[in-house]
Amino acid sequence: MHFTQLAPARDNRRTFFIIGALALVWVITYNNLQPIADWITYTLLGLSQESHLGTSFNFFIYDTPKLLLLLSGMIFLITLVQTFINTEKVRAAVEKRGEGVGNVMASLFGAITPFCSCSSVPLFIGFVQAGIPLGITFSFLITSPLMNEVAFVLLLGLFGWKVALLYLTSGISIGIISGIILGRMKLERYVEGFVYEIKPRGIPRGVLEEKLTWVDRFERAVQSTRDIVGKVWLFVIIGIGIGAFIHGFVPEDALTGIMGKDAWWSVPVSVVLGIPLYSNAAGIIPIVSALLDKGASLGTVLAFMMSVVALSLPEMIILRRVLKPRLIAIFVGVVGISIIMTGYLFNLVI
Amino acid sequence: MLKIKILGSGCPNCKRLEQEVNDALAGSMIEYEVIKVTDFMDIMAYNIMSTPGLVMNETLLSAGRIPNHQQIVQWAAQYQTAE
Repeated sequence: MHFTQLAPARDNRRTFFIIGALALVWVITYNNLQPIADWITYTLLGLSQESHLGTSFNFFIYDTPKLLLLLSGMIFLITLVQTFINTEKVRAAVEKRGEGVGNVMASLFGAITPFCSCSSVPLFIGFVQAGIPLGITFSFLITSPLMNEVAFVLLLGLFGWKVALLYLTSGISIGIISGIILGRMKLERYVEGFVYEIKPRGIPRGVLEEKLTWVDRFERAVQSTRDIVGKVWLFVIIGIGIGAFIHGFVPEDALTGIMGKDAWWSVPVSVVLGIPLYSNAAGIIPIVSALLDKGASLGTVLAFMMSVVALSLPEMIILRRVLKPRLIAIFVGVVGISIIMTGYLFNLVI
Repeated sequence: MLKIKILGSGCPNCKRLEQEVNDALAGSMIEYEVIKVTDFMDIMAYNIMSTPGLVMNETLLSAGRIPNHQQIVQWAAQYQTAE
């Protein structure tokens, strides 16, 4: 009896110890990447600091481990936080709120809740059944895919915390504002009728409301991190490879004319181009970071990235199950315009 | 026989959950069948908001995540007699 009671505590201590040790190794490695990359490039391989090949190679062997380390570490923290949140809790929190507060809360929750586009239909129906207004439901549905954890971490690694934070706040604002606009438009008649007719059966719910221990949470976070990083690492490396090439071989300011601030049409064009691109979001950011060095402007680049993650074709096809084509068109229109405005705003401010 | 339902419209995670269930129960003596529920009307009857959902003998056990083998085996043993 004594042993079974003691076991969880000891298990806890061991898990905390392993996590702590890993965190320490992580910090030491992360802080020494540049010297290591310099040593390999210029001392071990004897490449010249002035050569195209030297700068490209140095960029690649510094950025690759840096981004992969940052991805694993940050995604672990994010997924750990996510074990405290689920869609049922979000629904319960938003249920009794009206326009305004409801939109803000839905958008904030949307930013941190793990999201898979195949869940958007059950989520939509679940919200509507609970009597949550359409506009608030949309605030959640817009922010959730817009705030992609991988995109956030890559921005953090390549552009610094200011840009990452800007991405976060503008994404949440787009969700709030678009949701309020869509809510005011009285679009209920464009929702497929069956949504209002579904009645949940009284089905026993097993251990859904279980209590999770810290060990459970760490286990789940490790599993999610492995899933997410496993899915994107190759795209990230390919992206850094292309970015390294651009970094070393494309002349400075080559893109000022096409993707710079003065080209007014570049923001809307980037948004439209982003719609059919979806799964490569992870690979696009490293490329885009190199483009930025060559004269592309930040607003254009962010608008492009948001369009890639928020307005995706597969997502729209899935939403077609519950929304009539007219509403999908309005949805794309409102979100698209919000992203374009955000792009212009950044180009203006920065 | 244990009736295991996988709720989900056929996304990659739903297929993975089915695979995990089969892997987890492969070595056990539990007799089971897997039923894939792909229609949204039927999925929503279980009142879930994220997929994939896992149901054993009409008890909803998880939603929006893929439980590990140990957990699946434990549930299967627990619910195989329940009606």
